[in-house]
Formats: sequence, structure tokens, C-alpha cells
Amino acid sequence: MMMSKDNAFLSVRDLVVEYTAEGQVIHAVNGVSFDLERGKTFGLVGETGSGKTTIPKAILRILPDPPAKIRGGEIYLDGVDLLKLSAKEMRKIRGRKISMIFQDPMTALNPIMKIGLQVAEVIKMHNDITWREANKRAVRMLETVGIPADRFGEYPHQFSGGMGQRVVIAIALACSPELLIADEPTSALDVTIQAQVLEMIAKLKKEFNTSMVMISHNLGVVAEQCDDLAVVYAGEIVELGSKEAVFDRPTHPYTKGLLGAVPTLDEERERLNRIPGMPPDPSDLPAGCHFNPRCPIATERCGYEKIDLREIEAGHFCRCINVSGPEE
Amino acid sequence: MPALVEVKNLKKYFETPRGMLHAVDDVSFSIAQGKTMGIVGESGCGKSTLGRVIIHLLESTGGSIYFEGEDVTEVNSRQLRKQRECMKIIFQDPYSSLNPRMTVEQTIMEPLIISGRYAKQERLEETERLISMVGLDQRFRRSYPHELSGGQRQRVGVARALALHPKFIVCDEPVSSLDISVQAQILNLLQDLQAQHGLTYMFITHDLSVARHVANDICVMYIGQLVETSPSRELFLHPLHPYTQALVSAVPSIDIHRKKERIILKGEITSPVHPKPGCRFARRCKYECKPCHEPQRLEEVLPNHFVACCRVREINSL
Repeated sequence: MMMSKDNAFLSVRDLVVEYTAEGQVIHAVNGVSFDLERGKTFGLVGETGSGKTTIPKAILRILPDPPAKIRGGEIYLDGVDLLKLSAKEMRKIRGRKISMIFQDPMTALNPIMKIGLQVAEVIKMHNDITWREANKRAVRMLETVGIPADRFGEYPHQFSGGMGQRVVIAIALACSPELLIADEPTSALDVTIQAQVLEMIAKLKKEFNTSMVMISHNLGVVAEQCDDLAVVYAGEIVELGSKEAVFDRPTHPYTKGLLGAVPTLDEERERLNRIPGMPPDPSDLPAGCHFNPRCPIATERCGYEKIDLREIEAGHFCRCINVSGPEE
Repeated sequence: MPALVEVKNLKKYFETPRGMLHAVDDVSFSIAQGKTMGIVGESGCGKSTLGRVIIHLLESTGGSIYFEGEDVTEVNSRQLRKQRECMKIIFQDPYSSLNPRMTVEQTIMEPLIISGRYAKQERLEETERLISMVGLDQRFRRSYPHELSGGQRQRVGVARALALHPKFIVCDEPVSSLDISVQAQILNLLQDLQAQHGLTYMFITHDLSVARHVANDICVMYIGQLVETSPSRELFLHPLHPYTQALVSAVPSIDIHRKKERIILKGEITSPVHPKPGCRFARRCKYECKPCHEPQRLEEVLPNHFVACCRVREINSL
């Protein structure tokens, strides 16, 4: 396999996911492969409709089927192909080995259940212990994420967005999972609260030696949290590499476009780089390179040729035929 | 440059079952003709309410609003209609701010009809001009909002705001719901339109990077009050108020080599209902001391740089 590493803890190979809606086939994920080492954080960056949220849901196998179907690929966690497991076996993995932090705490939590019990429920389900013991551990978990024990009996509506997200994190970490998937974990939060939550996730991740896949549209969050990342466009990885490679030497025209399109606090930009057009309709992807209609350096070949991810320097991959190597 | 819009001691309180909510509390600033004022702050700081009070979508509780030097705080319905032609708003969510049962053309044309100054043919021509001005394809004239993408809808919102040649536009988080590449398109469009038509913007945003990019001056709000205001470059280079410092330090950077010290605030924003006198940030501030619980005044600490903090000179060794 192209970039398989033997020591990978999570290895996603040629994942293909499709949705069927009103007779149309939506190509959400089109052959995505990446590896994650133990204890590291891998970032998936992309815009709406890029498929970046479908990938983690496929890993957890929580895609609604129908309309979603995993059409191909393998997902190895510690050498075991998750896609071959039975529903029952998969249930044991969820919450125990892999867990997920969702974007919006207010929809991720059960509105009519005390938050303490929501944490205890996960602990009870995966451990052979009494409810009393589960509750005790839940209290400890809540304290770990900075929620005082006396809020155990409160309901989600009594929490602010930031505190709600702490509860979601407590649930996700309750059974010390080996893999944590965070889907836009701070996008619904204010920036000072985002800083609090990100700091806490980083600290807990280190403490529990958890590996993490983080999905975000915020390039700044990814730059600060991830070791490696992939830029996803129209269901494909267009660039993949270490954080240093991708942010210092962005190579794919889309990655460069994105980095030039965000306003920053660090430098003054007279004008933002404008990527023309819109992300493509996943039910009607352009032939050849999916980015070619918006690309500033597209050539005729880009309009029909199937383009592969190519290693342009050690560990740095790019899906473009018009670039030779990384640029400083 | 004379001020186009000026507010003095503006207040907006809401009565709630829990008591009086101080959404905007004693805010004063002015925006020069042709400039952009960025209003930044976190959810619930009153920045959107402030924008709505200025353009009379909400009635102010106290203070005054001046437009082109004229006191427009109290207006009757005829004056208001006239004033609404000069002051427009672009909303955050282009999904809920467009009428789903009106086509693009009808939406943009509506203000022209209401003004009563355009004959039918003129209206059609003007609509066509507005559609091309915001970079929208003419083929969308008969489209309904659900047929458009977020970016296209926001262009319709911009075109509607530009009808009748306004002088002042309140942009309330106009790019917050858009993807990065589309966000850049809309920000560039707003900048171009400002340059072409000498528009004055009040740009409300929670995204400091966007504010820095578009604004000439910045106001930082915290629970209804202005805590710091200065020219944009100055504010981001030398934030002086402890809250602004924390806010600026919390913004994640795409520069991976830049090691900056992050100030992690404790706690969360407190309730704007019946706020205690004194600095509203004090409870989360590491410099909190006794005088912080006295009312704070916005003071000119450096030229053109105003801060409401009694310990600002000491903290920043000025």
C-alpha cells in the first residue's frame, strides 16, 4: 500500500462511501487512505460537502444505512478491520475503544436525562460494575473536565455551550478510549471558551495517551492541535502530510487557495485570495481532477485524467499533475 | 473626516422575567464617513443588539444616535422610512433572512417598490444593475432562495441592502455561516463595494481575524459595555484591556512557528441581567482588585486608544 506504516494504530484504506438520495448517487468519500500513529492527532480539513464528516462516521460505523453505504475499503484499528465486525462486536468497540465528540453539545446530549447519569451510563455499559460504582466514576470524570460534583443531577439546558461540551468530552473519555474522534469540537463555542476546551482536550489526550482524529474547517485550530493532516476536497484527499509540510510548503492549488483565503491576525492582507466558484455538487463531480474548474493552474489534461495522490517529498503527498515538488 | 454615525451613551434594556437585561449599556462611539467600524465580542455581549438599535430595528432605552450630525434618536414613521433608505443591514444567516417565497428579483426589487420613486421599467433596470454589481449571474433572477448556495444567497442579501443607495450598512456577521473560500469572496465584494460607493460599514463579528481584515477601527464589547476601542492595527498590536488581551491570544493561528502565550480565562461570560456596578469582566480577570468594583470609565490611555480599566496603566506598564 502506498503509504501504509506498520506502526499505524488506525489505518484507513481506500474508503468509499456513497449516499443514495432520490435515485441520485452522491459520492461523499472517494477512496480515502490515511494512517494515524498511537498518541498522535490527525486533522481532516475541508469545506461543507467535502466528506470530512462522513469519514469519521464510517470509522465508527454510525452512518445511517440507507441512505449511506460503505462501498469499499478497509478500516484497521490495531490490526482489526472494523468493517468486517458484526454489529454486536462493533457496539463493544464504540465508547470503549473509539469514542466521538460531536460539534453541538446541545444536540449530542439527551435533554431529559441528568448529565451525571449520561456519563455513568457509558461507564456501566462497558464495565462489569454496579450503578453505584459507575456513578462514583462519573463524578470523578466530571471533575476531570472541570464540572463540580454538585452539578451531577442537572439537565443539559442548565449548562452553557462550553460547559455542555465538557460533559460531551467527559462521556467520550469515560472509558479511556484509545481513539478519540472530534468532529468540529469547538466550532459552536466562543473563542475564549474554545481556548479552554482545546487546552483541556490536549491535556487529557496526553494524560490518557489517546490518539485523535480531529475534523475542522478552522485551519488555525488544526494548525495548533494536529501532528499530521489531510486536506479533503470533493471526497478525496488532495494533500496529506505533517503539519509542517502542509502549512510551510502547501503544494496543492486548493490548499494554497485556502491558506490564502483566511484572514489572519498575524499579517495584514490587503485582499484575500479568492478561490472562484463553489465546491462541486457531490452527485455531479467534474471529470478528472475535481478541483479543475476552480483551479488557477489547470491544464487540459486536468479535465479528463484520473489523478493519483503522489509523494512529492518524504511523507508529503499531493494530488496534482501540475506541480513538481513542494514550494517554500 | 466628519462622523457619519455617532452614538452617545446608547442604552438598550430588555425586561425579562428574571429582571432587567442590560444588552447595551452606555455605549458611545462614532464612525467616520467611508470607514468600517468593527464590533467584536462573544455571544451575548450585545453587539447585534447595538447594530439593530442604531438602524431602528429596536427602540433604544436611552442615549442618542446621530446620523450626518442630525439627532435621529426619536423619529416618526415618515422620517424613519426616509432614514431606512440610508441605513441598511445585512444579516448573518442568508437562509432565514430571505423570504423563501420570493424570487431573487422580487427580493431585490421590494425596497425599490416601497420607495415609490421608480417606474416599472426603471425598477427592472435597477434590479439588473444590482444583480451584476454583487457578481450574481442574471440567470438567477427568477430563482428562489432554496435553489441558491449560501454564498449566492448572501450576495442577494447584499444586493437588497444596496438598493436605494444607502450610505451606511450594518453587516451583522455576514460571513459567519459561509465556507472559507466563499467567505473570502463575500469579504472582497464588500470591500470593493465600499471603495466604489464610499459606503460606511459597521461590521459586527465574533471572528477577530475577519474584524482585523475589514475594519479601520475596532470596538470590543463585553456584556453590553465597550471595554476598548482604537484603530484596528493598534488594537491587535497592543491590546491593553485584560479581556481584549485574552481574546486576541485565544485566536488559533495558522502560523505554526509562532509560539504565542495563550491567556486561558477562567469561567464564562456572566449574566447581563441586573449586572453589578463596576467592571463586568472583573470576575474572570486575573488583575481583579477592589477598585474594579467601582464603575469604570473609558479613558484615552494612548492617542486614540480608549480603555475601560482602572488598572490599565499599571498592567501594561504605561
